[in-house]
This record gives sequence, C-alpha cells and structure tokens, in this order.
Amino acid sequence: MQKATIQLETLTCPSCMQKIENGVKLLDGIDKESLNVSFNSSKVKVNFDEEKVTIEDIEKAIDKLGYEIKKTQVKAL
Amino acid sequence: MQKFILGKKNQITLLSAILIASGFISELVFHNEEIAIWSLVIASILGVAPIIIQAYQALKVKVVSIDVLVTIAVLGAFFIKNFEESAIVTFLFLFGAFLEQRTLNQTRSAIKELTEMAPESALKQMENGEFEEVEVDEVDVGDILLVKTGAKVPVDGTVLTGEGHINEASITGESLPVNKKKDSKVFAGTILENGTVQIIADRVGEDTTFGKIIELVEEAQDSKSEAERFIDRFSKYYTPAVLVLSAIVWLISRDIELAITILVLGCPGALVIGVPVSNVAGIGNGAKHGVLLKGSEVISDFSRLDTMVFDKTGTLTIGNPKVADKEIYGDTDKVDEVLAYLASVEKESDHPLANAVVEYIGDTKPYRVDKTDVVKGGGIVAEVDGHRVAVGNVALMEEENVQLNQKMRADIDKFEVNGNSLVLTAVDGELKVLMGIRDQIRPGVKEDLQRLKRLGVKNLVVLSGDNQGTVDLVARELGLTEAHGHMLPEDKQAYIKDLQDKGQIVAFVGDGVNDSPSLALAQIGIAMGSGTDVAIETSDVVLMNSNFSRLPHALGLTKATARNMRQNIIIAVGVVLVLLASVFFSEWMNMSIGMLVHEGSILAVILNGMRLIGYKLRY
Repeated sequence: MQKATIQLETLTCPSCMQKIENGVKLLDGIDKESLNVSFNSSKVKVNFDEEKVTIEDIEKAIDKLGYEIKKTQVKAL
Repeated sequence: MQKFILGKKNQITLLSAILIASGFISELVFHNEEIAIWSLVIASILGVAPIIIQAYQALKVKVVSIDVLVTIAVLGAFFIKNFEESAIVTFLFLFGAFLEQRTLNQTRSAIKELTEMAPESALKQMENGEFEEVEVDEVDVGDILLVKTGAKVPVDGTVLTGEGHINEASITGESLPVNKKKDSKVFAGTILENGTVQIIADRVGEDTTFGKIIELVEEAQDSKSEAERFIDRFSKYYTPAVLVLSAIVWLISRDIELAITILVLGCPGALVIGVPVSNVAGIGNGAKHGVLLKGSEVISDFSRLDTMVFDKTGTLTIGNPKVADKEIYGDTDKVDEVLAYLASVEKESDHPLANAVVEYIGDTKPYRVDKTDVVKGGGIVAEVDGHRVAVGNVALMEEENVQLNQKMRADIDKFEVNGNSLVLTAVDGELKVLMGIRDQIRPGVKEDLQRLKRLGVKNLVVLSGDNQGTVDLVARELGLTEAHGHMLPEDKQAYIKDLQDKGQIVAFVGDGVNDSPSLALAQIGIAMGSGTDVAIETSDVVLMNSNFSRLPHALGLTKATARNMRQNIIIAVGVVLVLLASVFFSEWMNMSIGMLVHEGSILAVILNGMRLIGYKLRY
C-alpha cells in the first residue's frame, strides 16, 4: 500500500468534493476507507494498492473531472 | 475542448454579461426585439457550456451536483423560449462562483500564510564536502546542512558549528531573536537573522515541530462536527430530492416554468458552505494570534465552557520560586557578612530554594565552605570562615539547638500563612536570617482571568498538590472562585469527572506531563508545558509558547466562531425556506430572482465568515 497526498487548485464548491470522492472511489485498488477530500485545504489523501492502480491513474481521474493538480506526494506505508 | 472551456470561465462570464446588457439595451432603447433575443440566446449558450461540462463530469461519477440542476433548468427555460431567464441564470451562476472563489481565498488566507512559511530548500553537504541546494524533501535525518543569514532553518536540528540569532516566531509566537550556538536546538520554519550555522538534521518534514503545527491546522480546518457530518449526508440526498420534486411538480401541473424555478431555488449552497467557511476563518484567526484550535468540535465545546480548572505551579505561577519575605535578627551591621556566608553555602546546592536564595542575594564575597553536611529533609550544615553555619528549615534549627524567641516564632507563622517555604540561617547557633520563598504569580494572569470571567466562564478553579494555605492565597490574589490543595493527579481527575457528571463543560489548563490524565479527561485540555511537542499533541487548544495571555483570545474567538456558524446556518436555511414559500405563494418569484438570492446567500455566508479573520478581543 502507498499513501498519496494530492494538492489541488483551490476548491470552491462543496459538490466538488463529492465528485472527486466518487471519481477516485470508482478506481480499482483504492482503499475507500482512507480516502479523504478536504475542502478548505483542497487536498486529497488516499491509500492505494500500487499493484492495481498507479498514482498517474488517480491523477488522471481527478484531472478528467476538471480539477488541476498542483503537487503530489507518495509515501510507502 | 472541455478544459479550454472550463479554463475560460471568467472570460465567458464577462462576455455573457456584455451580451445580456446589449440585449436589454437593444430591446429597451432601440426596441429591436430580434437583436435582443439573439444576444440572450448566444449568452445562454455560451454561459451554459461550462455548466453542462461540469454536470456531465458529475453524472459520470454518479453525483447529482448543482450543475446538473442548473443545466436542466436552463435547458427547460430554453425549451419554453424564455431566453431572458436562461441567460441571466447562467450568468449569475458563473459570476457567483467567481466571487465565491475570490472570497473563499480570503477566508483561507491566514492558514495559507502559515503553510507558506514552510521551508522549501536546504543547503545540504554532499559527499565531496561541498554544500548544494536541494529540495527540503531530499533532506534525511543525519544530513549536515548549512544555514545562512536570512535563510529559513529547513529542519529540526542541532547546531554543529557557528553562531547566530534566530527568530522563532513561527514556532513560539515570540518575535525576539534567540541566540544559538553549538549544541543549541533549532527548529524548521524559524529564520536565522544573523550569523551562519551548520546543523545536523534531527527531524525532517512532517516530523518537525513546524510540520506538526501545519498538519494540525490543516486537519483542524477540515475537521467536521456532528452537525456538519449531518449536513453532508443530508446534501447527498438533497439535490436528487430537488430533482424528483421538480419532476413531480411538472407532471402534476404541466408547468415547466414552475418546475425549473424549483430546480434553481432548491440548489443547496449556503448550507453546505456556511459552516466550513466560519470554521476556516476562525481557525485561521487563531493561527495568526498564537492559538491553535483543533477543529470545529473543539470550537463548539470551548465556546460553551462552564468551568475552567487550572493547575497552580507553572500555570498560574511561573514555577520558579523567589525570595518574597525576609527578616534579619541580631547585629544589623554584620548582615552583609551573614548573607555572604549564606550565599556561599547555598551555592553548593542545586535545590530550587537554594537557587532562589543565591539569585536573591546576588554577587557577594565568596567564602570557602568546609565540612559540608547535607541533612536530609532539613538543609545544610557547614563551616564557613571559622563559623558553624546552618541553613535549612525549622526542624534543622531544632536539631542544631538554635533558640527561637517569641518574635521569631511569630514571624515564622506569618511567613507560612503567606504561603512561603522557609529558609532559616543560623550562625554559631544563633538565628540570623529568616527568608520566605514562594512561587511568583505569572505577570498579567490576574487580568487574563478577569477577561475569562467577563467572557462568561462561570467557575475558575485552582487545583494543586501544595498545602491549602498556599492555594487559598493564590486564589484570593487572583480572584478565583474555588481552590483545592493537597490534590494528587488522580484527585484532580476525580474532581473534573465530578463536574462533568453534573453536566458541566470543563477545560483543564495544566502541565503536559503530570496532569495528562486530567488533560485527556476534560472536554478541553490545554497543556502549558514548554516542550512544544507535548503541548501540541495533548492539547485541544494549543497556546503557542505556552502563552497564558492567549487564553482569553482563544475563548473569545471560539465564541465568535460558534456564533458565526449559527448565523450562517440561519441565513442558509432561512433563504431556502423563504424561496420555496414564495414560489408557491407569491407572483414575483422566478428563476432569475431565485438564482440571484441563492448566489447572494452564498456570498452572505462567506462575507459573514470573513468577519472572523479580523476578530480581536475587545476587553
């Protein structure tokens, strides 16, 4: 498992969070329990199984929803 | 294409405003119906494009977002050829989002300023011995780093060589620079104001004190209270419910206009955004004023506080005893000599009372001290300058057969009543000096406690392990409501539990080490320990640098923030109720007005939240 912290552009609408949450959840290999999209700090924190899904896949899923990614950090758990 | 449109949202908003304006001008001034309609049609198409894209993206991940509601409403308006409404609604929706982004950034600015103080790069010693600039993420524990004048210390570490003054305001809130030399500890995020030092990295990244503070604040601003989690769950079903409601209304009444108006009016906005906005602005204000609030649950509890319980030593008092009372007996012209003997003897000891005595007497002629005998639980007996000098408590004097006359006994009693610990000095069997030593009350604590009272704290209680006399004295001097001495840590815990069982909300302010059970038990624990790490981890409200005077601001701020949240909830719920009522019971309500009020209410809650950024305690 790896832990990703993704900094997004400033989130303004609360429904953004729901969109991002669902968008990331639909990917395979995501630890749904760990997923946390925070509104004020505009960050996505999630644990994922690097054998099933790559960080690029997660980034792409968020990007496709129309949210710009500013910085990503991945740490081994 | 999608990205292009979304990226150009601001330009689209502006263009659609111009088109709408020219549409109305051509109709009202030039009476040119055709141009007016075409302007509005183009404005609608332009304006709805980014909204449709967002709605599509949301639906793809199975979310019925506001965009979906607005898209359907606009398409409906288009269908019944009400281009005026479709144009105005899309414009207002886009413009509202633009203003929201601007104002939201404001509410978050304080916290952003804090996180931007995080160091980004470091000068790291490479294998060849040269220093090279690297990203701060590339620094590991044990690396040797160079910090130059004006630079930020990149990690927590220890000075190896060099000397300088460091401004530690980002960690302690204290802006006076601190001198650092070999073996001094330095902290990430602090600034070297002069000098150059080489340090070895002890802790890096999120493990540094600064990293912990940032993480704490970031988590706090997004932490959710029970009420917020309810609103979140509620809003998940709310938007689809509005969609269903509008469909039902349409099926029954066959009135598209009414159905799409409901869609717009039902948009949740202010409700979902109101509480987080107050939260982030309040926590941001705190961060700027040396108060870290750990989330909205803490804000809610602290704002409703009934009783504040304080530990005495090190919290209300400095924790550094000083000579407060003194009596001299016998020959007055030999005083200096006696004090010099006393200081010489006490210098041999590292007992806190001895330190207080030495500090009080100051520089004197040093005497050779011979045959020092430490009497356990009594004091010291030694030979100085050919005299037998005994320094200690009353028991030691009795052991030494020192005669105490009536005045001396009266003085001793008086000193004890005043809350002193006693140090008696006898030279050759005669009592010469009586000193009363007590802990000093922190400067300004009295005023701070009065502010807390004015802010509505009902009971201010001091609990201490010291004797009841000492504790009563402190309580009287500070105007506390209750004082209890002879309290062990577990007694304090039981006392707090008792208050809580009576339904009170209790805050405990104390030492982060001894009193951790009480800190954990109280709804609000505030650790005053100077070890910042302990204080950060155990406290619900962290006072930077253990600064007691931040306490009234913290309480006032949580009260203001909690009030602000309630106002925002009232605004949000009130607006939705008024809108829904007027749709059914009034003539003037339409989609455009609905959207205007909806966006207006969102801005109203954000602006209301922004007031917290400038909050200051008035008293």
